[in-house]
Amino acid sequence: MSIISEKATGTEQMVALFEQNREILNQGSSPILNRMREVSIKRFAQAGIPDFKNEDYKYTNLKPVFEKSYRQELVHESGLINLNEVFKSNIPELDAHLVFLVNGWFYKGNNPGAELPKGIVLGSLEQIANEQPELLQNFLNRQAGLSNDPLVALNTALTKDGFFLFIPKGVVIERPIQIINLLSSEVDLLATQRNLIIAEDATRVKLVVCDHSLSPTSFLYNSVSEIYIGADAVFDMYSIQNLHNQSTVVNSLFFKQQRNSSLTTGVVSLHGGLIRNNLKVTFSGDHSEANINGMSFTDKKQHVDNFTVIEHSVPNCLSNQIYKNILDDESTGSFAGRIHVARDAQQTNAFQRNNNVLLSDKARMQTKPQLIIDADDVKCSHGATVGQINEDALFFLRARGIGENEARMMLMNAFAHEVILKITIEPLRERIDELIEKRLSGEISRFHEQLSV
Amino acid sequence: MLTIKNLRASVEGKEILKGINLEVKAGEVHAIMGPNGSGKSTLANILAGKQDYEILEGEVTYLGQDLLELSPEIRSRSGIFLSFQYPVEIPGVPMINFLKASVNEHRKFKNLAPLTAGEFLKLMRAKKEMLHLDTELTNRSVNEGFSGGEKKKNEIFQMAMLEPKLAILDETDSGLDIDALRIVAEGVNALKTPENATILVTHYQRLLDYIVPDFVHVLYNGRIVKSGGKELAFELEEKGYDWLKNGNDI
Repeated sequence: MSIISEKATGTEQMVALFEQNREILNQGSSPILNRMREVSIKRFAQAGIPDFKNEDYKYTNLKPVFEKSYRQELVHESGLINLNEVFKSNIPELDAHLVFLVNGWFYKGNNPGAELPKGIVLGSLEQIANEQPELLQNFLNRQAGLSNDPLVALNTALTKDGFFLFIPKGVVIERPIQIINLLSSEVDLLATQRNLIIAEDATRVKLVVCDHSLSPTSFLYNSVSEIYIGADAVFDMYSIQNLHNQSTVVNSLFFKQQRNSSLTTGVVSLHGGLIRNNLKVTFSGDHSEANINGMSFTDKKQHVDNFTVIEHSVPNCLSNQIYKNILDDESTGSFAGRIHVARDAQQTNAFQRNNNVLLSDKARMQTKPQLIIDADDVKCSHGATVGQINEDALFFLRARGIGENEARMMLMNAFAHEVILKITIEPLRERIDELIEKRLSGEISRFHEQLSV
Repeated sequence: MLTIKNLRASVEGKEILKGINLEVKAGEVHAIMGPNGSGKSTLANILAGKQDYEILEGEVTYLGQDLLELSPEIRSRSGIFLSFQYPVEIPGVPMINFLKASVNEHRKFKNLAPLTAGEFLKLMRAKKEMLHLDTELTNRSVNEGFSGGEKKKNEIFQMAMLEPKLAILDETDSGLDIDALRIVAEGVNALKTPENATILVTHYQRLLDYIVPDFVHVLYNGRIVKSGGKELAFELEEKGYDWLKNGNDI
């Protein structure tokens, strides 16, 4: 196993590290990946590690995170961990095609292909970029390459692997595909993961993505996914983030939708030290629809930031966003939602809502809608609320004999329920309901704490 | 069952109850009447355990216990039931989950095993029949999108499920049409036994055509200014509350 052994801190050091390890980075990787590296590291160097001076990171300062020293695995060692030993599926009832990634690398023991419908390609990005570059070359970095986000540029510069999924025209996958991303290391780790999904016209796919930390070390997990949704396709993708407090996650999703396609996506940020979710949807075909939801739970000094951009470039599309946060202790959260309706995007419907409950005096939430509308025949709305638990409802439940803690749990569950209801996979919905109960009762936090002992 | 002695209470520094005395025995129905702002709802809420009020003086004894020391949930489990004037809507909490949790908390308090799903459904069906409720209120979130009448019927349904010892009905008749009023009143009558007691808090005499009280108390400006039998309600209806103000030198 080869690992960057020097300390990686600050922008200059990251760039220096890239320079020193250029050869190892390029080694074994497809030219498709390698030719993106130089321009990307320059872009990262120019922008620098984002802090509040970067308008898009106004409420999420990543500088302190980069002050730690991390190592990144540059060559994958197969059989790194025994999955059966360290991991029990969070959603045992979910009958899914299961795929594991470890520290950003596609796990060699995966064998999902046998059960998948013919023509589907699901595998290691590194491997497929080497063996079938024609599948990727028109898609890889076509969305992410336009991003100004320094972490996306850093991802492109350092990326070695991730998963690749290709669904050919007209194919329907009945069972969900479950991607389980595991972080496990003996040293503090920078994990870079790059995913690419191409769902061609008239396909139907459901994807469940779970992120887990398995060792008590610090993680900086920088993941970028580019997703192409063809015409008349229906694409569902749900993420569950459940990591310990020493984890920083920067997860960037780029969706591009062709005409008459439908996207439903949701992220449940159950637990994690610092989570930044970037999400961009670009409508490039008319009569498409995107339903985008987020639910986060934070306590102690945790921080969750959801940053969304919806590009209505063409007419007659619908976007609908609901993001909710429950914040306790000294935790902080941020939601920034940008909706851009281009001049030609008439008959656009774009809705956005952000509701927040603060459980303590010290919790803080920042919410910022941003609507840029250049068309004149559109329906757009946005709304945000920050409040406490409804005291009248709490009293009502207690006056019916339900204890105060139980009643609070019921009300928080109810608050989250609107978002959870949007999940189209029933066993997943039920499991998330249970996970939320465990989160609110402190069980999940205790689990992560035990790991650190 | 319930003894209130010289109860004085304020909200945000304003004294609302200025010395209430009341004795309620098992099997009795008491009506507390009075104009708006006289303190009727405050009294009902204090008995149920709402925390927004400051108790300045006095004591409340319920079945030998100091009621004011008990949390709202313990009061409920001990048999006190408040039917809310404005039942709150709680989107996302299914009625059936809420009610099952409520019933089983009451059972746990009495050292009874929780009801199974089947037993619970059976109990719900029996109570619905008893109250002649044909609505599907239990399939929805608590009070969400209910009409005023549905909300009040739902309160009485919860009362039937919990079989309280002391029911306090706060303006249960307000906002009801005559049919809903009849269903609610018949429900209350059907639930009456020699072992339990009812306090009706109401502005109008109308409800008392359906539920006949043993005692009528008139609350005015934070005090009970007159008590009597059911005939007092008719007198009030006839002469209006002004009659009291003038006649009692308040």
